[in-house]
Amino acid sequence: MNKTQSNRLKDQAFKYYGIFSTVLGLVLLAVFIIDILMDGLQRIDWQFITSLPSRLPEKAGILTAWSGTLWIFALTALFAVPIGVGAGIWLEEYGKKYRWANLLEINISNLAGIPSIIYGILGLEIFVRMLGMGGSLLAGSFTLSLLVLPIIIVSTRESLKAVPNTMKEASLALGATKWQTIWLQLLPASFSGILTGVILALARAIGETAPLIVIGALAYVPFVPTSPMDEFTVLPIQIFNWVSRPQHGFVVNSASAIVILLVIVFFMNAIAVYFRNRAANKVKW
Amino acid sequence: MQSLYISETGLRIKLNGKKMELESKHIKIKTKDINVYYDTVKVLNNINMEIEPNTVTALIGPSGCGKSTFLRLINRMNDYIEGFRKEGDVLLDDKDIYSKNTQVELLRKEVGMVFQKPNPFPKSIFENVVYGLRIQGVKDKQKLNEAAEQALVQAAIWDEVKDNLKKSALALSGGQQQRLCIARTLAVEPSVILMDEPASALDPISTAKIEELIHELKKDYTIMIVTHNMHQAGRVSDKTGFFYMGDLVEFGDTKEMFMSPRKQETENYISGRFG
Repeated sequence: MNKTQSNRLKDQAFKYYGIFSTVLGLVLLAVFIIDILMDGLQRIDWQFITSLPSRLPEKAGILTAWSGTLWIFALTALFAVPIGVGAGIWLEEYGKKYRWANLLEINISNLAGIPSIIYGILGLEIFVRMLGMGGSLLAGSFTLSLLVLPIIIVSTRESLKAVPNTMKEASLALGATKWQTIWLQLLPASFSGILTGVILALARAIGETAPLIVIGALAYVPFVPTSPMDEFTVLPIQIFNWVSRPQHGFVVNSASAIVILLVIVFFMNAIAVYFRNRAANKVKW
Repeated sequence: MQSLYISETGLRIKLNGKKMELESKHIKIKTKDINVYYDTVKVLNNINMEIEPNTVTALIGPSGCGKSTFLRLINRMNDYIEGFRKEGDVLLDDKDIYSKNTQVELLRKEVGMVFQKPNPFPKSIFENVVYGLRIQGVKDKQKLNEAAEQALVQAAIWDEVKDNLKKSALALSGGQQQRLCIARTLAVEPSVILMDEPASALDPISTAKIEELIHELKKDYTIMIVTHNMHQAGRVSDKTGFFYMGDLVEFGDTKEMFMSPRKQETENYISGRFG
């Protein structure tokens, strides 16, 4: 076998390995989704979505859980997005000349890898106890904001970095201030990238369980939260709680709740993809 | 009270308290003992240059000789480069542009810049031209329209784009994009235009158009152009400065310098023996 033949063989081998990896991942995911749908779909109806929790599986619903998830989503977005994007802009466009900003950057990247339960402990100490917020939506969303800030900051930086320097110079050379350049050129050009980071971060936030359990989110909340200071539960906690019950009815309920959570995340991603494509079509160079 | 005396730049008359200046030789841009460092590396060495208004000055020299750095001193675009440091003064109309009370945004309205690679914004042709005015807060639609037309006419691209002002600037050819970038610079009404190899990314026909344009613009603007193309320098410029290893080796009338360079290095470079 000469060199060319062996190269071709390697080429083929790698192609089949690639197909195998792709299919394996997809098949596992499909099996999981089918399994969940088979268990869960039978239970999903209007009553399930609009009922308060109950100790009887057939009467229990996820109204408090999904409304808590929506609250957490909105509040976390409200706190984390402006701060994360702002920090990302500063680090990329203003902070570069300071040596300690480099140190900051490494630390922020590391923060993204810290287990989420650690953030829960931090949130418990600072927001719940020191600031006396209790196990409220506010404390929960602050904690999750801390958790997802590194993701938003890093993706903001990366998106800004991807904008060609020539664009920045063109704007500055026409007499624009730094802020005008950022607002009129850099942010529109990097919008789709930043949005992707934000959505990933928020999708992570609404999927988190551990930090919220640590700060004292409840599994049983017999009312829909109406203000940020209310106590709350979220879908993942509800699912976790139901899965650990002995009755079969609750296991079915948890499968149904998983379907709902999947639908919410899927819907969010769809919105993100839509906006991203729209922005990407407008901005080209 | 009347007085009459000769100042540094010309004749100064004072009549009934009113000042008049008849300048024999006005200097638009003047650099005094300029040294530039990037961190510890010295890239410009004691540059003194005087540039008269309504002239085209070509800056030539091999890559890395410091000519682009020198050009970018004039509108302070080097300020963003990490480790940049300079000594000496740059005077624009006798005012130090690096003084503490210089507003760098105002300076750049006075000193426009055209870059090597055409870099239009991903917006319409119209929005590209009026960008500089919009950021100054001009909102009057008619004013913007007039300014856009005037700038596009001046940049010799009006006839090609007048029916498509709403079209994306990125749909234009490279040469058109570069003339659009020139129009965008002109719309701000600067008095100096810096050009950093404006035609090096263009085909010969577009290059010829740009050169013709430079010739036209000289009537209203002071132009400094960095170029790698000796013939271009010879065609478009009145004065030429030859940079080598951070030194301004020779600076003088283009014709003279190309016919009979005073320094051996200049002759070697111009005749293509290195660079």
